[in-house]
Amino acid sequence: MRRLKSIGAFWYDFVVGDDWRVAVVVVAVLALTALLVHAAGVNAWWLVPPCVLAALGWSLRRAVRRS
Amino acid sequence: MSALPLVLTVFVACAVEAVEALTIVLAAGLTREWRSTFQGMAAALAVLAVIVAALGPAITLLPLTALRLAVGALLAIFGLQWLRKAVLRASGHKSLHDEASAYLREVTAAKAATAESRGRVHDWYAFTLAFKGVLLEGLEVVFIVITFGASQRDVGAAAVGAAAAVAVVAVTGVAVRAPLARVPENAMKFAVGVMLTSFGMFWGAEGAGVSWPGGDAALLVLVPAVTLVALGYTVLLRRPSGPVSAPAPASQEVPSS
Repeated sequence: MRRLKSIGAFWYDFVVGDDWRVAVVVVAVLALTALLVHAAGVNAWWLVPPCVLAALGWSLRRAVRRS
Repeated sequence: MSALPLVLTVFVACAVEAVEALTIVLAAGLTREWRSTFQGMAAALAVLAVIVAALGPAITLLPLTALRLAVGALLAIFGLQWLRKAVLRASGHKSLHDEASAYLREVTAAKAATAESRGRVHDWYAFTLAFKGVLLEGLEVVFIVITFGASQRDVGAAAVGAAAAVAVVAVTGVAVRAPLARVPENAMKFAVGVMLTSFGMFWGAEGAGVSWPGGDAALLVLVPAVTLVALGYTVLLRRPSGPVSAPAPASQEVPSS
């Protein structure tokens, strides 16, 4: 069990890293984009870049405030 | 799309990781014993090769849309991690990675460890140090090779970029016989972070069903845009007092080869 936990922790740290909120934003924005494209027929190419870059700024601000 | 951006991104990402792995291998080899170090390194490279050989062809069997959505999300998350660290380091909120310092820490630990032989491995400490170092640094490279290569349907080109970087770093390391402390690691990590984030957004959105204006040419706007925003964050967050200093090494003595 402890081995499984440490493997899980390793992969979490490997992929997600220091700020899980960034990962949540990326997944949520891609899901919203898919919804807009397939349900509303909107070619929402403009949604992902500003949201992802804003998430980076948000994460950096949180890190700087903590340091 | 040309394979050049793929090969270059993988080359730079792999070179950064190879420099870090080289530091550990040199510490193990020069302080302990080269034979066990090479055994550890070879075992780790064999594990990494098996992962690429098994996952590479398997992942390319997935439908391209689903693959790009999953890989795009993963690459964007992974790239933002690199970019976040690079911006924090460049703006002085995180200490820069110092290969000379890392080398001295590894050397001090290696000197203090006792010698133990297991099976065909004469020095178990040197073996595990080299094995873990190469495997952990190599996993990031494998991740980039597989995701980037699979999305471009060209795992071979990605593997060539990775192999070339390992060869260049290894030859330089053998020639210098010291950690490559002068390599601008943070600038390289910044560049790789920009590429991974840009390609991640591009493929992720395509996988979600988006049709980019200009098709692949949209990357020619995305990559500079991500670069400019990340540089802007670096300037905005720059610490007036200068960068945070790297952790002090345990010893100031750098053993010669």
